[in-house]
Amino acid sequence: MNERPSFLLDGAEVPFEPGQTVMQAALAAGRYIPHLCYHPEFTPHGSCKLCTARVNGRLMAACTTPAESATEVDSETEELNDLRRTLVQMLFAEGNHFCPSCEKSGNCVLQALGYDLGVMTAGFRHFFPDRPVDASHPEILLDFNRCILCELCVRAAREVDGKHVFSLAGRGLGKHLIVNAESGRLADTEVKINDKAVEVCPVGVILRKRIGFATPIGARRYDESPISAQALADAPRPLERSHD
Amino acid sequence: MPDTQDDLEPRVRRIISRWGHDPGALVQVLREVQEEFGYLPGHALTLVARLLRIPYSRAKGVASFYSFLSDEPLGAYRVLFSDNVTDRMAGSERLMEAMCYRLWAEPGKVSADGLVSIARTSCTGMCDQGPALLVNGRAIPSLTSELVERLCELILARTPVDEWPAEFFAVRDNVRRADILLGHTLQPGDALRAALQRGAAGWSEHAANERSWREAYVGAAQGPIATLEEIKRSNLRGRGGAGFTTGVKWEACRQATGLAHYVVCNADEGEPGTFKDRVLLTSHADLVFEGMTVAAYAIGASLGFLYLRGEYRYLLEPLEATLQRRRAANLLGNGICGQPGFDFDIRIHVGAGSYVCGEESALIESLEGKRGVPRNRPPYPVTHGYKQQPTIVNNVETLCAAALIAVHGGDWYRSLGTLKSAGTKILSVAGDVARPGLYEYPFGVTLRQVLEDCGAADTQAIQISGPSGVCVDANEFGRRIAFEDLPTAGAFTVFDASRDMFDVARNYAQFFAHESCGFCTPCRVGTSMLVASMDKIHAGNGTQHDIGEIDRLNKVLLMSAHCGLGHTACNPILDTLRRFRPAYERKLRSLDFAPAFDLDGALHRARKMTGRDDADAHLEAQP
Repeated sequence: MNERPSFLLDGAEVPFEPGQTVMQAALAAGRYIPHLCYHPEFTPHGSCKLCTARVNGRLMAACTTPAESATEVDSETEELNDLRRTLVQMLFAEGNHFCPSCEKSGNCVLQALGYDLGVMTAGFRHFFPDRPVDASHPEILLDFNRCILCELCVRAAREVDGKHVFSLAGRGLGKHLIVNAESGRLADTEVKINDKAVEVCPVGVILRKRIGFATPIGARRYDESPISAQALADAPRPLERSHD
Repeated sequence: MPDTQDDLEPRVRRIISRWGHDPGALVQVLREVQEEFGYLPGHALTLVARLLRIPYSRAKGVASFYSFLSDEPLGAYRVLFSDNVTDRMAGSERLMEAMCYRLWAEPGKVSADGLVSIARTSCTGMCDQGPALLVNGRAIPSLTSELVERLCELILARTPVDEWPAEFFAVRDNVRRADILLGHTLQPGDALRAALQRGAAGWSEHAANERSWREAYVGAAQGPIATLEEIKRSNLRGRGGAGFTTGVKWEACRQATGLAHYVVCNADEGEPGTFKDRVLLTSHADLVFEGMTVAAYAIGASLGFLYLRGEYRYLLEPLEATLQRRRAANLLGNGICGQPGFDFDIRIHVGAGSYVCGEESALIESLEGKRGVPRNRPPYPVTHGYKQQPTIVNNVETLCAAALIAVHGGDWYRSLGTLKSAGTKILSVAGDVARPGLYEYPFGVTLRQVLEDCGAADTQAIQISGPSGVCVDANEFGRRIAFEDLPTAGAFTVFDASRDMFDVARNYAQFFAHESCGFCTPCRVGTSMLVASMDKIHAGNGTQHDIGEIDRLNKVLLMSAHCGLGHTACNPILDTLRRFRPAYERKLRSLDFAPAFDLDGALHRARKMTGRDDADAHLEAQP
């Protein structure tokens, strides 16, 4: 027998390649762990904490925890989904998320996670921060009101597009997304409309102008099927092994 | 004194060349640019980014992370009132109000004439002689109404801070009880010579299989191992709060392979209520550096850093002078104490206002010129620390103890204290006591004993180890300071029966929200939500629902926060709720639910704009 190493996820065996994280192995095996700031193409950093799981009893972010043989990982538990619902509510309360008037509605990961996890109420008093939009770029609009600070655009620009467009500034609740220009305007950066960084925004911050409602609400991505199913469809799978 | 921006470019260039155009020195460069111009002008940031070859947004991201750095203009005099609960108890709020009134300034804003900006800052480590403030980065303790009036006169007369009376800046040590550490009689070099001699006494059989560049030197190989053995034998545990066994940390680092090994002394003493490191760095700097050098010898490091918190910036010049003296005495540099291959030097990195940088991996990020965000662990710094190389990060007091152990041996040290807590602990005693200051005791001392020694009367509660520690009440004064019972980084803040423990908890909640790095969702949002709940209760609009919400936030923070700051952010509220529930309940409205929206409060702005405050400008008094 030349068995691949594996761990137990909610009681079922998940094989993994050395070097994979719990998240990578789970998705590759067709098992969904809710996540927001993780993206298969960039270095994971574990800031949203939505993928928190119990690894041998300890609470860890599944996207940054290396997979190890013979560990037991619990993810689909009431305790953890309750935590995830609260985290989603906290993100909604932190920014200005008005789904009915947002052109990302139906394509928004935060909204889709809320539906999928069963978030029924706001849960917290909202902060209603004052965040001006940046419409300086001819093709791209930045609406910071919806930023959840996942840093996907920061990482996409740096790791895939090979340039510096976005960064984080400030700290605590004052942490915010900035662009790489002394003027503070997106138009003065190197960003291009086909950059990965523009495509990757999970919420309605980085928007292509003039296509807002080209796809009508009701026929959008998460109107078709829930995010838990789509994340699996997107996940990179290992090639079929001839000896399996 | 802040200066004009004439010759901005050559002056920025000078600073950057002094730091060798190293992007890793970004925090130091920005700090010096700010010292030069009073703040960070936008084009200075652009210039720094260009000369260090980093994106502008990275420079901006780092500059906006640290609370002492500002890319907005500040007053010619920047006054920051220390906002620890002990400062407030000693009247800091009233003094700040008086200064704002006298200088026509609003807190947090630059005065209209650009003369002054007045704001609050987290505890500046002067709790034994508060209230305290920082003016253009320099500490002034023991504030009184008269002193504040004199400061206002100096500011109005535009007298440069350098010309202010020296006695204003005098910081006392206030050592009230000294034991082996505060009472040591070592001379510079004693610990290093002892460590080298210990090597000569044997141990070659242990050295044979060890990795070290020193093994090439016959006779020198045994020293590091012998010293490490003494540290292990001593059972010394970290004094920064977590209590990790020092010998285990050093051994793991020594055994880790890398291009270089590093020693870091964590002097980012940010826990509100703690000030022991201030005294150690003021009056025992040689012992601190000696401890670092012993550590370097044991793990095989040739470079070390002292991470000095920005609030202690005034100690930089004296510390640099001590380093210079040690270099001249061959206690630093190449071939220390005449031992070939024993090369080690120390650089000082000054922080810029960030509590979370006391967390070791965030500290290392800051050392590397980045935002002080804690890293994902594992890997730990002992294998992947500074520049991803093996690194030990130790507290100031731990390194001092290591120097003592190098001289007197591990058995001697272990004979002091308790079974699981060897040696002594320095307590930073402040609050409602007759004699605030440093008290060094062997581990195992009871709280009652400390209270008696410092002259505390009618004590209601003690906050042990600062807001991230625990709050105990009078039923628990028989408990002991020890890892077995009450571990502590040293803060010992005393509250008498006149204090409202709700206010104490609220101050601590504000502290955590101010210091959250903002990396993870639970801490970034949760700590500010906690403040909102506490503010609501404080304003008289709290209900049982808010207590429930606090419980819920606590659970989220404990389960999912990225580092200890978030894990402990609820402690002060939960501890005081558990022990002093009436302090909360008498502030609650009796309803189970009350609207968060305050109708009368909403008119506040209109009243301010119209200058009215009469009865007709208010809604009817609420029931």
